[in-house]
Formats: sequence, C-alpha cells, structure tokens
Amino acid sequence: MSEDQSTTTSSRRRVLEIDALTLQFGGLTALDDVTFHIEEGEILGLIGPNGAGKTTCFNAITGIYRPTRGDIRFEGTSIAGHKRFQITQLGVARTFQNIRLFRSMTALENVLVGADAKHSTGMASALFRLPKHRREEREGHDRAMELLAFMGLQKRADELAANLSYGDQRRLEIARAMATEPKLICLDEPAAGFNPAEKAQLMELIRRVRDQGYTVLLIEHDMKLVMGVTDRIVVLEFGRKIAEGTPAEIRDNPAVIAAYLGVDEEDAS
Amino acid sequence: MSKTPSVKGITSSFGSRVAGLPKPAKIGMWIALAVFAYALPLLEPPFISPPGTDFGGVLFTVTIYMLVALGLNIVVGYAGLLDLGYVGFYAVGAYTAAILTTFHANWPLLLALPFAVLASTVSGILLGAPTLRVRGDYLAIVTLGFGEIIRLVALNTEWLGASKGINDIARPPGVELFEIPHLNWDSGTPLLDFNDTTTFIEFGVLDQIPYYWMGLTVVIIVLFADKLIKDSRVGRAWEATREDEDVAELMGVPTFRFKLLAFATGAFIGGLAGALYASRQSFINPLSFLLLFSIMFLAAVVIGGQGNRWGVLVGAFLVAYLPERFREFTDFRVLVFGAALMLLAIFRPEGLLPPRRTVRAKQAAAEIEALEEGADGEETSRV
Ligand SMILES: Nc1ncnc2c1ncn2[C@@H]1O[C@H](COP(=O)(O)OP(=O)(O)O)[C@@H](O)[C@H]1O
Ligand SMILES: [Mg+2]
Repeated sequence: MSEDQSTTTSSRRRVLEIDALTLQFGGLTALDDVTFHIEEGEILGLIGPNGAGKTTCFNAITGIYRPTRGDIRFEGTSIAGHKRFQITQLGVARTFQNIRLFRSMTALENVLVGADAKHSTGMASALFRLPKHRREEREGHDRAMELLAFMGLQKRADELAANLSYGDQRRLEIARAMATEPKLICLDEPAAGFNPAEKAQLMELIRRVRDQGYTVLLIEHDMKLVMGVTDRIVVLEFGRKIAEGTPAEIRDNPAVIAAYLGVDEEDAS
Repeated sequence: MSKTPSVKGITSSFGSRVAGLPKPAKIGMWIALAVFAYALPLLEPPFISPPGTDFGGVLFTVTIYMLVALGLNIVVGYAGLLDLGYVGFYAVGAYTAAILTTFHANWPLLLALPFAVLASTVSGILLGAPTLRVRGDYLAIVTLGFGEIIRLVALNTEWLGASKGINDIARPPGVELFEIPHLNWDSGTPLLDFNDTTTFIEFGVLDQIPYYWMGLTVVIIVLFADKLIKDSRVGRAWEATREDEDVAELMGVPTFRFKLLAFATGAFIGGLAGALYASRQSFINPLSFLLLFSIMFLAAVVIGGQGNRWGVLVGAFLVAYLPERFREFTDFRVLVFGAALMLLAIFRPEGLLPPRRTVRAKQAAAEIEALEEGADGEETSRV
C-alpha cells in the first residue's frame, strides 16, 4: 500500500496505550485483555466483525465505561476513571457510529461547542463581555469556520444540524471533534452508509486530517478501505485482539482471513 | 503539530457580520417600543386598560411574571431542566426581603435586595447540587417537593410569621420630582387630565405605576443580560446539554457545572422577582406561594415558547394580564385557561413563539415527510 510507513515506527512517541484492557457487562466480556498502542501522527485501524468490541473500546477510551481491569494511558498518564469532559479537554475526541449531533443547533454552533472545550469563558466574562469572552469567541469562530471549510461545509454553517444531508452530518461530526483540538481523534465508522465513491473521498479526507498533525484511530469494517489509509491495523474478534501489524501483514494473516471469511462486508458493520 | 488553517478567506465574512452594528432604524424601533411600554399606564388606552382595577398594578404583576418567566426559561428552555417548584425561589426572595426590612431588622429595601437574591441563589445551589446529578423525572419531583417544603416551612415557623405572614415590608426609596398627567378618554378623544397624575417617582400605596416602571426596568436589564449570556460559551453549553447530555459531556462540556449554573441563575432571577413582589404587596403570607404559582410560571414559559425570550415574555403577559382584564368571567377562569391550554397543545405544541430553530427544524421535517410520501407510499400509510 503506502510506502511512507518505512520509518521505524517503534521509535515514535506513544499517544495512547491500551494496557491489558478488560471490560465486562455482567457476564459478557466485551473486551478481553486487549493491549495495543497508537503512535503520534499515525492512522491506526481498528477492525473486526460486528460485535467484536470496537465501539466498546472507544467508549472505554473516552470515559463512558470504566475498565474492569487494565489501564488506558494517554501521553503516559492513566485516564481510566477520569470524567468524560476531562478526557476530552486532555486531547481525545471522537465521533459516533450512530450520528449524534446537537440537532437543533446550527452546524456552526455544533463546531463551536467543540471549540469551547478549550475555552474557559464563564458567566461574568460573558455578561460583561470581558476581553476573554471576545478573544475566545473570535478564535472559536475562526477555527470553526476553518474546519467547516475543510469539511466542505462552509455554505451550510447556519443550517440546523438536523437539516443537513447524511454525508454532511457525518462530516460535521468530524469537524466538531477536531474543534476540541485533540491530539487523538477517534472515528467510529465514519464511512458507514456511504457509497464506494464517497468512502474513497472520506478516506482521502482522513488522510488530510492526519497530515494536519492529528493522530487518528479509525474504526472501519471495509477491509479494502482500511488497508489503503492506515499505517497499522489492530484486529479484534469477540473482544480479543487476534492480530496487529501493517496492512500487508494483516491481509495475509490466516486468523484475520478466518474471522472475515464468509462474513458479507455490508453485514459486518 | 501543525494544524494549519486550510482555508482562510471564508472566515472574514463572518468577522464583518459580527462587527457590523445593528442599523440605527432598528435601535430607534426598540427605543420607541420601550417608551411606549413605559407610557402605557399613563395612556390608559380604553379597551386595553382593565375596567375597575388599577392598570398600573396589573402591569406591575405582568412585569413580575415576565421576570419569573425569563428566569424559569433559562432553567427549562435553555438547559432543559424541568423545574416544578420555581415558586420556592420566589418565596425565598420574598421572605428574605420581608424579614430584613421589617420583621427582624429595619434595613432599607435596596440593602435587603442583594441579600434576598443571594439567599435564593444559594438555595438554588443547595437544591441543585445533589439533584442535578440525576435525570429529568427525578428533578421534576424533587423541585415540586422543594416548592411545597418552602411554603410549609414558612407556614409553620413563627420566626417567618407563620400563617399570619409578614406586614409592612419596605418600599423602594422615592424622590418626588414632578407630576405626570394621565390621558383621559372619556370624551372619545384623548385629553391630558391634570387631576389624574402620577408622581415621578413616589412608591405609594395608591398609585402602582412607579412600581411598574421599576419592574419594567428590571425586566429590560434581565433581558439584556439574558441575551449576553445566551450568545456565549455558557448559552451554547446549556443548549448542548439540553440536546444530548452525554454527547455534550464527551465534547468537553462539564454538564453538571453548567446545569447548576442554570439553576442558580434561574433562582437568582426568581428571588429578585419575589423580593420586588413582596415590596409592592408590602404584605406576604404562605398563601402567596402556592403550588399553583409554580404551575402558572411554567405555563407562561410553555405557552409563550420555551427557549425564546420574547416568547416567554408574551406568555407571561397572557398568563398575568388576561385574568385581570376579564375579571367579570372570574368563575370561568380555570375553565377558559384549561381550554386554552388544550387548544395550544393541539395546534401549537411548541408554544406561541417557539425559538426560530424549532420552527426551522419542523419545516425541514415536514419537507422530508412530503418527499417520502411522494417516493414511498406504503411507509407513510402507517402514520
Ligand atoms: N452497554 C452495554 N451493555 C451490555 N452489552 C454491551 C454494551 N455495549 C456493548 N455491549 C456488547 O459488547 C459487544 C461489543 O459491542 P460493540 O463494541 O458495539 O461492537 P462493535 O465492534 O460492532 O462496535 C457486543 O456483544 C455488545 O452487545
Ligand atoms: Mg460499533
């Protein structure tokens, strides 16, 4: 696939480390002793059949679930047990498999809420229009409009999120996540429901996101697409990590082939 | 890390829009509206001014409802927290003003006012801190209980005047500068009536108009504050929390803190309204703070259109004014009110003046529905 992964990957800084992560729901073990890491500036693919635990893994990283066992470290410090908004403010952002925008807010306002993660304007500052409010408001708007333009949504800025087309909603979610100025951005099946051409476009977009300096964790079940865009891939099946490596390694891995064998690609979402 | 701006030009058009001042014509219109509002009780327009009652007094009540509706709108409309005991904060404000100005101390009203507001805000924080962690339905029940507890405490505490209540609550300080004549419409054409004047500005027993002016002024100030807060990070955080609390939290909004802030702000305004009300009444007892008032306050917000500050002002006006204007139908008041609410629920479930965004979302939904109907008949036949 891409030749640009020739650099000795192991020497790069680790943004996120998942360490022996286990997550149980009652008797169900959704994640079982999963260990992997993400290096700065890479696109890591997290793949696996439906129900493998990919979304659960995102939920654990972003603080929705507390790990049953194991640890999650972001830039070296453990974030297991942190509050969700604190994890976001530290620099982890995400999108959702089922689109979850603030539907009756405009596209711009959605992105502004993301940008506000880095702001601290409070009641007094807003009420008296103190310099902090003005500065943050200006910076937030500029950044939000930049991101909307980046996603090709600048013309839709004042449209309600609920009124956007499906594809635009997906892209708006990415813009909102990017607005929180994360170091790591987690995309949960951002291409779900897209046709092949749209998917290819989105993958190109994701590559450009990475080129802007973000580290990307991507859930996507379409093997071919993942191969084209990711630097490394982690494969989950029934909550267990069954393989990890470069796209080329993963493609030829018998365990992965077995996991995906007979699974219709569209069903595997 | 270089998160380089990819497109620069687009942002400038927004900057110019923000910087562009509203047109002078617009400002002129608002000033004219304000002048008309201040002059309304002096004009005594024939059909509008209620027969047999003091127009100024009715209008004062309207401004108190407006204040309360603006405060409750922050809690219910912006942050999406159902508060069924808002009268509790109103009562805390009123009682604090009462005991500080007459019952246990002799402070002037203007000194007591900040303490009344402080007390209601603190009560809002004390109530909100444990309860805002739980979701919707519980909050409604807890706040309902709070409103009743405040009233029952007042009813059963000698220190708060018990059932007899508290008399002689201080009035605002006045300076008697000049007399303003009212209009007289008896001859069919409006004439200045120099026998019927209002003293600017004396807070007396008979003439309620100065209280109305005070109430209106506070409403205008709160209206400005409301706009400034709403158009900021705080307002966006409230809305995001209302839309989807989990996602808001995941986008870096400390939702609990902002819900508590909404609650405290609402309590602040509620307490202020209560204290002003107590000062005008000069007498309060537990009957002034029945559960019914919580419901009327909420009705004002819902009827007007929660989430829209102008909508809730209209709602407050209707809820406070109509019963006074049509006093002759007092016996049917509850019936008419109930029927009106039902009609509203059927024809305008979002209130008379819903926020623009709700209107737009509804329009879009209708368009999509129309499209689907054309494309796919059997889907829609179920609806
Ligand atoms: N909140 C929950 N409670 C119970 N079971 C859950 C919960 N969330 C996910 N699961 C289960 O965990 C497993 C992994 O789900 P998920 O992470 O959504 O898979 P996917 O890889 O398709 O994203 C599934 O069996 C799912 O039913
Ligand atoms: Mg999933």
